Amino acid sequence: MRTQGCSLLRRAQDQDRVLEMDDYEGPQARWCPGCGDHSILAATERLLKNEQIAPEETVVVSGIGCSGRFPHHIDTYGFHAIHGRALPVATGVKLHRPDLNVFAVMGDGDCISIGAGHWIHATRYNADMVAMMFDNHIYGLTKKQTSPTTPQGYATNTQPHGTYLPPMNPLTATLGVSNVSFVAQTAEWVPQHLNATLEAAHHHEGFSFVRILQRCPHYTSEMFLDAVRDPDRIELLVHPDGVEAGGGLSEIYEHRRRHDPSDLDFARRLAEKEGTDAERIRLGVYYRDESRPVYDRIRSVPRRSAEERVQTLEEELDRHAV
Amino acid sequence: MPPQSTTPRSARSTSVPTEGETLRTDHHTVEVVSDSGEGAQTCGRIFGTVSARMGNGVWSVEIIPAEIEPPARTPAGASGNRIRLGSEEVTNWGDYSDLVVAFNEQVLLSRHRLGVLADDATILIEEMWAEDDDEEVREAWDAAMEELAQADYRIIRVPMEEECLEVVEDPRKGKNMFVLGLLAHLYERDTDLIEDAITRKFAHKADAITESNIALLHRGLDWAEENLPFRIEVPPTADEGEKVVMNGNQAVALGTVAAGFELASMYPITPASSISHYLGRIFEDYGGILHQAEDEIAAAGVALGASFSGKPAVTFTSGPGVALKTEFLGLAIMTETPLVLVDVQRGGPSTGLPTRVEQSDLLASLYGQPGDAPHVVIAPATIEDCFHAMVTARRIAETFRAVVMILSDANLGRGVQPFPRPEPEVAWQGSPPDQSAVPEDKPPYDWNERTGLSQRFVPGQAGGQFSATGLAHDEESVVAYDYDLNQHASEMRSRKLAVLQSTLTPPEVHGEDSGDLLVVGWGSTKGAIEEAVDRAREEGLSVSSLHLTFLSPLPPGLGEIFGRFDRVMTAEINYSDDPDAPYITEENRRRGQLATLLRSTTLVDVDSWSRVLTEPLRPMQVHGAIRDRLLDESRAATTGGNG
Ligand SMILES: Cc1ncc(C[n+]2csc(CCOP(=O)(O)OP(=O)(O)O)c2C)c(N)n1
Ligand code: SF4
Ligand SMILES: [Mg+2]
Repeated sequence: MRTQGCSLLRRAQDQDRVLEMDDYEGPQARWCPGCGDHSILAATERLLKNEQIAPEETVVVSGIGCSGRFPHHIDTYGFHAIHGRALPVATGVKLHRPDLNVFAVMGDGDCISIGAGHWIHATRYNADMVAMMFDNHIYGLTKKQTSPTTPQGYATNTQPHGTYLPPMNPLTATLGVSNVSFVAQTAEWVPQHLNATLEAAHHHEGFSFVRILQRCPHYTSEMFLDAVRDPDRIELLVHPDGVEAGGGLSEIYEHRRRHDPSDLDFARRLAEKEGTDAERIRLGVYYRDESRPVYDRIRSVPRRSAEERVQTLEEELDRHAV
Repeated sequence: MPPQSTTPRSARSTSVPTEGETLRTDHHTVEVVSDSGEGAQTCGRIFGTVSARMGNGVWSVEIIPAEIEPPARTPAGASGNRIRLGSEEVTNWGDYSDLVVAFNEQVLLSRHRLGVLADDATILIEEMWAEDDDEEVREAWDAAMEELAQADYRIIRVPMEEECLEVVEDPRKGKNMFVLGLLAHLYERDTDLIEDAITRKFAHKADAITESNIALLHRGLDWAEENLPFRIEVPPTADEGEKVVMNGNQAVALGTVAAGFELASMYPITPASSISHYLGRIFEDYGGILHQAEDEIAAAGVALGASFSGKPAVTFTSGPGVALKTEFLGLAIMTETPLVLVDVQRGGPSTGLPTRVEQSDLLASLYGQPGDAPHVVIAPATIEDCFHAMVTARRIAETFRAVVMILSDANLGRGVQPFPRPEPEVAWQGSPPDQSAVPEDKPPYDWNERTGLSQRFVPGQAGGQFSATGLAHDEESVVAYDYDLNQHASEMRSRKLAVLQSTLTPPEVHGEDSGDLLVVGWGSTKGAIEEAVDRAREEGLSVSSLHLTFLSPLPPGLGEIFGRFDRVMTAEINYSDDPDAPYITEENRRRGQLATLLRSTTLVDVDSWSRVLTEPLRPMQVHGAIRDRLLDESRAATTGGNG
């Protein structure tokens, strides 16, 4: 079920205006050649174009990291904020301006290490936005330190004898938060899937958490190599309420599992196997629930004119009159 | 030598009513203390409000128990209200309490031990405990009376419980109204106004409750008439115009509305929380959103995100929360996104003294952000200021694309005072965010080369798209790798403060324009300092005072004003080394925070007197410090002068 009504409201006001890809293009991106962030940028621009969302009605908020540079490269409003704290800023935008389309862009360290508290709570607030976590399993910008998702044993600059702990699983963690409403995983090297996932995330009203597996050729060129080369290492979760294996995906990926994203228990079980069951990476919508309270919606109050506010204030002052 | 010791003893000896007489005085301080839950606070609040309505100046503070659920009859449980009445406006909580009504001897002991009672205070105490069935209670009473006998109190025993039982079955509910009756008689309060206040207070309860409370009030009035051989008259001055009465946190909450804020975010922290309790109740009626975030960092982030996308937003906190918000303040300053932060200061560092009064966040507020982070800091001096500071702050934040920090404190936050009713204007609300298209090629930081000011673009404005960034950036908000650009952008951000400063007027000197000593204060201490200066001037000392509301930028003319006095000294509620303490030299002495600031900005050898006694300044303390500086010759010689 797609909530078209809602997203229509958020389309460009001017009906005659047809938005093209270059309406969203910002200055040349400065990521390394082959960096996965390039394809996420292209997919986001494509989403905006496909949905005909006006650039001026879109705000992309990011944290700090290679991923954090994202808003500089797209011609929407952007707020390149501070490390770990894209989500509070994005929440503030959405609370004050529910009419805007809000995207939050974070790295793995950004979102689930320094920003962990905000990530958990933003999931629970369930404000209407798309939260994209660019997961390259490493700290890119600061030069190859261990991140919470770095595989155990993997040597980094801060843990050169191999990363000590098993990685965190952002999917199970997010699925464990009360009031979670949308959790998906996709990979930037499968553009059709990335596009479809961002589209589903955008159409979901609520906090759409998308973990995007992202290659960092500069520091961890071998990290996703197997999965990139061998489609056998991927399993697609398919469902009409989630993402289907369209656009030629079914020809490439023969491992497909029908998973109803309304089934939270099973979503958690599927997510649990992530990482430990190293056999296959699952891409798709794990969970989706449109019935959860959406923070910006439940907190929305009718605006008052300046005159009304002053009038009500006078009445309040009466209560303090001596 | 602590300055208190040089204060004449008479300062502790106050207005003692004599037998059979009415004492006429222009100031009297009364407190009502009970176990928590016995209603001393309600009693005090009604007494304060009625006194304000009668035209008296009033400053009241709540007496808050040290624990959440203190055991009954313990010093830690003392709860109540302290009300200072005056003929004129009362600007501070005064020195000592002159009259106390206590519901048991243990809560009275707590007040005695804290040293808040005048040496010759009059005490009205519930006497039932003397004859209690429980031997331990009787013993505790005797021990307390012995301890209290060391002071010169005049203790009057009142059969409160016995009297109340004539009216109600459960005197625990209602003793406070009997006490209100005692006070109404003693201070000749208008009974109609009190009845009116009681009726309003219990409006949502059964009529019988209002009636029995009024009956208790009259029982108290009658008992006092028959048994108390004195009265106290604090003649009110003629009423000049409409007034409202509230505490500083309520004033901040209403100021938030008056200033047109639409989003406020916070994380609970004493003593700022009550701002949000009030706003939480009323803000939605104004189309406003109060967001309780997961922590103070997020609260700042939400406010910043809201500001970025529309009207400036505000976040409320206290010291530890300011520390957490610091990185976001830097981001707001770097991106020139308006943001208002209210810090209701408490004792610090760290968790410090959550409920107590201190002014120790000044330097952290000014300089606490890593990097060069010019922003505005203002400190309301009165409860009325707390209201208007919000309006000023929102306007400055918006006009200058600036961060404005407002430094209130626990003294203002919880002090209750009547003040002229504000007359909110529609213009104060500000305009809704501009959504018109941006002319082509206009950059998001189109700095005016002279002023550093630029027009802010808000999402929704076609053609205005830019990415705000905490990285050094140029006019286009493009990340700058060019060193000259960083110099230029830093100049632009800093210049705004100078422009703001150019619009300020020099502060007014209280007292003579020149003299031997100038006492400089900031924030909530204004009333106490001015009262102290007045007392010293009456003694013939040549002293004046100056109060600063703008701390960044400082107002113009300070150096010139300072130059007219032989010596300049700040009076503050933050720590400074005593010059006579071991190891302390002129070189290593840590001075009061305002003194440190003023020395660096004016190059005047500004001295400081400060205390961290966790309470508001008492005029007598400042008075003592003034005498100390002006009368103690040896001291006068060692602390540098202006020359
Ligand atoms: C408060 C703070 N601490 C540390 C940093 C340094 N820092 C910047 S980005 C980063 C980690 C980046 O890794 P990640 O979030 O995974 O993003 P990526 O670069 O991989 O996209 C760190 C530690 C910072 N900018 N701010
Ligand atoms: S370091 Fe890695 S993540 Fe960063 S831009 Fe280069 S490839 Fe991308
Ligand atoms: Mg990373």
